[in-house]
Amino acid sequence: MSIAEADRPEGKVFKQIGKRIKRPDGVDKVTGRARYGADLNLSGMLHGATLRSPHAHAVLISIDTSKAEAMTGVKAVVTRDDFAEQPDEMAAAGELPVNYMHVVRNVMAREKVLYDGHPVAAVAATSMSIARKALKLIEVKYEVLPHVIEPDEAMKDDAPILDETLFTDGVDPKPTKPSNVSKIVKIKKGDIEAGFEQAEVIVERTYHTKPVHQGYIEPQACVASYSEDGSGELWVTTQGPFMYRSFTARLCGMDVSKLKVTPSEMGGGFGGKNNVYGEPVAMVLSRKSNRPVKMVMNRGEVFRATGPTSGGHMTVKLGATKDGRITAAKADLAFQAGAFPGAPIGPATMTAFACYDLENVLATGYDVISNRPKVAAYRAPGAQVIAFAVESAMDELAKKLEIEPIDLRMQNAAKEGTKAAYGPVFGPIGMEETLQAVKDHPNYNVPLGPNQGRGVASGFWFNIGGETSVTMNLNEDGTVALLVGNPDIGGSRASMSMMAAEELGIEAEDVRVSIADTGSLGFNFLSAGSRTTFAVGKTTINAAREVIKEMKARAAKIWDIPEDAVVWEDGHARPASTNAGDFEPLSIVEIAKKASTTGGPISGHIQTNVTGAGPSLATEAVDVEVDPETGQVKILRVTVAQDAGKAIHPSYVEGQFQGAAVQGIGWALNEEYIYDDKGRLENPNFLDYRIPVASDLPMIDTVIVEVPNPNHPYGVRGIGETSIVPVMAAVNNAIENAIGVRLSDLPMSPPKVLKAIEENS
Amino acid sequence: MAKYHITAEINGDETEYLCEPEQTLLDVLRDELNYTGTKEGCGSGDCGACTVMMNGRHVCSCLVLGAEANGAKIETVEGMADGDNLHPLQEKFIEHAALQCGICTPGILVASKALLERNPDPTETEVRYWLAGNLCRCTGYDKIIRAVMDAASEMRGN
Repeated sequence: MSIAEADRPEGKVFKQIGKRIKRPDGVDKVTGRARYGADLNLSGMLHGATLRSPHAHAVLISIDTSKAEAMTGVKAVVTRDDFAEQPDEMAAAGELPVNYMHVVRNVMAREKVLYDGHPVAAVAATSMSIARKALKLIEVKYEVLPHVIEPDEAMKDDAPILDETLFTDGVDPKPTKPSNVSKIVKIKKGDIEAGFEQAEVIVERTYHTKPVHQGYIEPQACVASYSEDGSGELWVTTQGPFMYRSFTARLCGMDVSKLKVTPSEMGGGFGGKNNVYGEPVAMVLSRKSNRPVKMVMNRGEVFRATGPTSGGHMTVKLGATKDGRITAAKADLAFQAGAFPGAPIGPATMTAFACYDLENVLATGYDVISNRPKVAAYRAPGAQVIAFAVESAMDELAKKLEIEPIDLRMQNAAKEGTKAAYGPVFGPIGMEETLQAVKDHPNYNVPLGPNQGRGVASGFWFNIGGETSVTMNLNEDGTVALLVGNPDIGGSRASMSMMAAEELGIEAEDVRVSIADTGSLGFNFLSAGSRTTFAVGKTTINAAREVIKEMKARAAKIWDIPEDAVVWEDGHARPASTNAGDFEPLSIVEIAKKASTTGGPISGHIQTNVTGAGPSLATEAVDVEVDPETGQVKILRVTVAQDAGKAIHPSYVEGQFQGAAVQGIGWALNEEYIYDDKGRLENPNFLDYRIPVASDLPMIDTVIVEVPNPNHPYGVRGIGETSIVPVMAAVNNAIENAIGVRLSDLPMSPPKVLKAIEENS
Repeated sequence: MAKYHITAEINGDETEYLCEPEQTLLDVLRDELNYTGTKEGCGSGDCGACTVMMNGRHVCSCLVLGAEANGAKIETVEGMADGDNLHPLQEKFIEHAALQCGICTPGILVASKALLERNPDPTETEVRYWLAGNLCRCTGYDKIIRAVMDAASEMRGN
């Protein structure tokens, strides 16, 4: 059946959707019963530990593991020799595509180490303390090479080259010299030069951001168990058990059918648990030792070797007529990819000006490798980095035009029918509605005191659908078992049970949602791209409709009338009219009890590639107070308005807005990777890499805007990401409003703000 | 390797265990005694995910050695509910959607319980400063603070 239909009758009242039910996994998560990545222990299990490079860039000359292997209690040691070479080809893998030749080198260094923390060897031993001691017995010879950290430095002609086989893609003719620039992409619309010629006012500025970490509180953790029959099981904290199965099977040389991946509860991901790190290593250690192996990263390893997102070096130029019509918008951005290509320059160039209806656009992105950990996706990857520059530039343009910033955005807002620079013509989108929601919010009119400022910014994120497989089984007592393949990041069991219950006409508590292992369902794409509630929800609704179709058939059989003479209403099969016959309605419970004699078990299964994800836009206002003595910025008020299409469970929608806004506040004010002159990360812990704490913040006010997505039966849009996009610019614009100076480098930490104040006075 | 023989009271049960000198109380709880409700987020006392009560004070169990707990009274998240009855904080966290991924939740619940035992009527600011040592990356803290305030109100009989 088609799942693209938006077939909910106009005006039908929802019975489940929009309620704030208790999440079904709530009790497990407040009692300590829920099992996360590090919470599984198996019989005979060993503990794995990883030896990591202390150098940012070095040739790996030799690794001698003999002393470690001889140590009592050590059961296996692995190095680069235990992983087969992989071909140089791109494969789809979530929001960012991957090259297995690079993945295998990131999991275990081969010819060179490319960043501080790059894995060099790993040990499995009978205790963690033995494993740690064994690491110290491994002798590694390095030839240290010059290193480079910042993307603008890495782009220079005399920069140390990380990969002699890398030639810039997207340049004609093909370059003859290797480069750290792996790729150049362009998004073009109209005639940028002509657009600037029409402009009466122009602003142009260069901006910098630092890499920041996703900062999930649960470190990467897994238990791998390889059996003598060549099969394996992996228990792991992941956003994508099916993706981890692909990666791990490929790197370990296993058939996909031989590997079963079971996702644990996940203690945060935000894009950082889309990629494998220690999982293939644990599997190979298990294969070598014939024992289960647990690998849990410590926080230092998480910072040094996973995530982060790209730092960016960006120049944005905007031109407008005096009455506020933007005639040209140009962005050049160089993003740090880390040790291997793959910075999110695609989404950054595509989203750069997607909030606006513009005729002339040019966005050019450079993917730059340098001696830092390979970047991973982070909540609207790339869009937040470029939005810091573009939305700060919008504010500067508004000031120059003497137009209220929110009104300049409204005047140029993208709307239904706007052709985006990256290609599509938008359906209904909520840019204007989110701007209006912020303008109408009481916070927007609170008078500001001395040293206080207010900033506004907007953001865009595409959202995705993707491969989805869902099974719904009607149990013999009329309750429902729903099997989905996407880990519950923050309440998706609740939203799935509500959507299923809405269709079936029963209560959400009668639908039990389980997260499948990879042996129990067809392929499911990651819990990423804000896809889960939209795509898995849409598939759940259609699985419920399959179940209803079958239940109607069973009722027809019992009544001995045609199937099309039966309707489903409020959890009951009823005759379509008195002409169809006079029968007492059959409840879902009664149909379930009779299932064995009317044809056997009743279930619905849908597998599809879901399309039609509606973009979600957000506008945010932030009020700050700047301490003129110290440069410290205090957040006074935050107002987040984002388009959810339709909120299934409003509390968890608000929670996404609030969490995203606060991650953005950390990015704006505190968070950054700091390297010493040898390229070693100086702040790989939560004390020195300071994420926001409760006492830094006010309550975060939210407005759920609902512009229905026509491609979902209830109008749902993904909402997990967009709210981080505007934050850094909104904070910057608020600081400018408070102190009269515009900053252009993140984080806007006290020393930078103080310097700006002093230079201005 | 010589191990210490320790006796402690954990969630009301007298418990004996052997631990290595370098093992933390967190390691012992999780790896030796299977109290995996207490989580490790950093191992350096910066995130609060491993918060437990020790002799009436809330501590980061990653900063306490297993051997130090000899004779101590330890309370973890597994000991918060009274039989079938969840603690009001546990109820309010679910009701207010104060958890998303849930990994920080056990530590925040234990720390909040410690607050309400000392100060049954905290202000929002007092709750925010008390929980400043417990990191949450998902929620932005808003719903956590509301849940704690509401639980406090209910426990005062309002």
